Amino acid sequence: MIINDNNNNNYKQAVKFASKKAEGSLKNEEIISVLFSGVGGQGIILATTILANAAINAGYDVKVSEVHGMAQRGGSVEGSVRFGKKVYSPTINKADFIIALEKLEALRYMPRLTPDGFLIINDYEIYPSTVFSKEVTYPQDIESRISSVTNHFLIVDAVRIAGRLNEIRASNVVLLGVFSNFLPIDNECWLASVKQSVPAKALNLNLEAFNMGKNLF
Amino acid sequence: MGKENNLKLLTGNEAIARGAYEAGVKVATAYPGTPSTEILENISKYPEIYSQWSVNEKVALEVASGASIAGARTLTAMKHVGLNVAADPFMTLAYTGVGGGMVIVSADDPYMHSSQNEQDNRFYAKFARVPMLEPSDSREALELVKEAFDISERFDTPVILRTTTRISHSRSLVRIAERVPAAEKKYLKNAQKYVMIPAYARLRHDALLERWLALKDFCEDERFYEIYLPQGKKAVKDIGIITSGVSFQYCREVFTEVPILKLKMTGPLPEKTIRQFCTGKRLLLVVEELEPYIEEQVRLLNTGVQIAGKQYFPYKGELGLEILEKVHDSLFGTNLLEGKAQSSLTSQSIKDIPARPPVLCAGCPHRPVFHVLKKLKAVVMGDIGCYTLSVLPPLSALDSCLCMGAGIGQALGMEKADPDLKNRVVSVIGDSTFFHSGITPLIDNSYNGGTGLIIILDNSTTAMTGHQAHPGVGMTLMGGITEKIKPEDFARAAGIKNVKVVDPYNRAELEAVLKEELERKELSVVVCRRICVLLEKKKRQSRIYIEVEECIKCGNCVKFGCPAIELKQEKYEINASLCTECQSCVPVCKSKAIKARQQE
Repeated sequence: MIINDNNNNNYKQAVKFASKKAEGSLKNEEIISVLFSGVGGQGIILATTILANAAINAGYDVKVSEVHGMAQRGGSVEGSVRFGKKVYSPTINKADFIIALEKLEALRYMPRLTPDGFLIINDYEIYPSTVFSKEVTYPQDIESRISSVTNHFLIVDAVRIAGRLNEIRASNVVLLGVFSNFLPIDNECWLASVKQSVPAKALNLNLEAFNMGKNLF
Repeated sequence: MGKENNLKLLTGNEAIARGAYEAGVKVATAYPGTPSTEILENISKYPEIYSQWSVNEKVALEVASGASIAGARTLTAMKHVGLNVAADPFMTLAYTGVGGGMVIVSADDPYMHSSQNEQDNRFYAKFARVPMLEPSDSREALELVKEAFDISERFDTPVILRTTTRISHSRSLVRIAERVPAAEKKYLKNAQKYVMIPAYARLRHDALLERWLALKDFCEDERFYEIYLPQGKKAVKDIGIITSGVSFQYCREVFTEVPILKLKMTGPLPEKTIRQFCTGKRLLLVVEELEPYIEEQVRLLNTGVQIAGKQYFPYKGELGLEILEKVHDSLFGTNLLEGKAQSSLTSQSIKDIPARPPVLCAGCPHRPVFHVLKKLKAVVMGDIGCYTLSVLPPLSALDSCLCMGAGIGQALGMEKADPDLKNRVVSVIGDSTFFHSGITPLIDNSYNGGTGLIIILDNSTTAMTGHQAHPGVGMTLMGGITEKIKPEDFARAAGIKNVKVVDPYNRAELEAVLKEELERKELSVVVCRRICVLLEKKKRQSRIYIEVEECIKCGNCVKFGCPAIELKQEKYEINASLCTECQSCVPVCKSKAIKARQQE
């Protein structure tokens, strides 16, 4: 099931498969684990907060883990959200979903994906300092590397979509909009969560970003 | 949508702040330090509580102690290494006890997400004989703060609330309640209790030992532990787990068939409860991060049950589901890790991918200073803050970073040991770190005839922990305006004659001053003053670009290490979305190809 070719049918099939599976897991009182990866400053904490509030609104127990301090200064960062009837560990071993806000950080965290998990990737490259100093090169084959392991991935041009709103920083919310289709959580829970999670003056922008992601395909 | 109004998704730190509020705390103090910082930031939102950033953890604890003597409930928060700084008052506070209840939050950092070591502060509780509570999530964090105040007042002792990064920075659901003002207490002079001359201290040590015995009974109370008994066919009876803190969460999720004794109070340990839990068991698994703190004490109980702990679990870093699943598989022959191991295909696909270490921000005013120091081939004794990142390539500018305030003393030691290092050794310290613990070594350096160069990187904030105020900022935690205290005034007061202030964006001046002061055969202090680029509110005026025709591709600009300078397809470029127009890179270019275009 390759869903990275922007083929509408494959996408719909993937969404159906994923949300059915998640629904089954939640019914079995299993926990859904979502990992966010990206570069410090890309808005991972907001993304985890919106997902967490949406899950709470849907009546689930939730735990969120995030990173503060030194790692935030442009380094590789992760955050995670786990939800279900009852959640114990705040951290993830294997993730059912990975939302990567940057392409290299999708590849880096891919080993954490469960064998039938899904990866949603922002089509955006931020070169690490180690690349500019010519110690290493930024891989040009990220997509094929990922597809050698899984075809459960989707690359979203979230930066360009957010750019239409003149705010590329909203690309994290665009990705959440796409991701919302993969989960058995009602849209009203998501919209209420966006309201709870962003400052009032940024609400309309973020709601729009969310809807653009949700209705992308 | 099933959400109650008083049910909140809070980090451990937010929950601790809320707990302090509900417990009627009147005074709260701290010095910022990951992972503890947000406790005071959140407490400062409650106008009912007087809160302050102190210059360091020792002072923070002393201010709290004074407030406690005066009758107020007080809370002091610090990261694990902060308790080393505050250890002096802490160890004797165990003797004097308290007036109003006193809680000390120690936020430990296993795996060193943002720290220089991963010491296990639970030993401080045992060392000082101070009771200690350990929450396993945000809900417990809030509840245990309130318990801690009750214990503190009931037993006349400070109490440690010990968290780890995963408790402090994980969010979970918390039920909040109203604030209950603490019972009014007034200051009563009591020299035998508070003046620790040897004669009185001996009496207080007796009181401390008696108190500890009483606490050993008290900690058996069932509100300080929980026993999870699994049901069903798979339930195991002859094995048990003892754990605390976030480790409980991992155990509860992985060892679903094993009885678990979760300790909320881990200093002192409830010996009777543990013995009772051991009855009928063959094997006791002690699951804890870092040191075998519980394990060693349980071994001393000689329960006759086989004890396993550090033979399975590492002495370092964090635990997590994966480590526990591995142990579960080996003990029970299960396959929890099946399908989770990394396939060779996956390993192949992530081969040789570039690391992404944290970096100094684009436009960081620290960068030019280190670039110059590298050029001058200086030996740089560093300190703790954002600027510690200058150790990484391409700047690779640091020779040392030990603890808060260490660099200035280390630099003096270097030149005393080897005169050849004179005129080469530099110490570098941030402004907040200078106020924290740079002043005493500055005096020591001057007093003992140091001839080095002390650089104070003054970005007018405590940047690394998220921009907290300090004495040089002119503002307090609660937003009060105060006099800006200047590091250079301390240097002059310490008798240092050569004191200069430069703007690190002014490359020519910066380079000239640092060169001159490094060569000088007397001690000098240079304050490099420029506000943190993340706080600078400047309108875009120009656009910095690299003129392709003039670029000779020498690569000097990327060796400057600014994330806004990119090398893509053999072309050097400035990423306008990251560039802050500081223009520090302009003088770095050999061929003068980096230019500023005024925007119309």
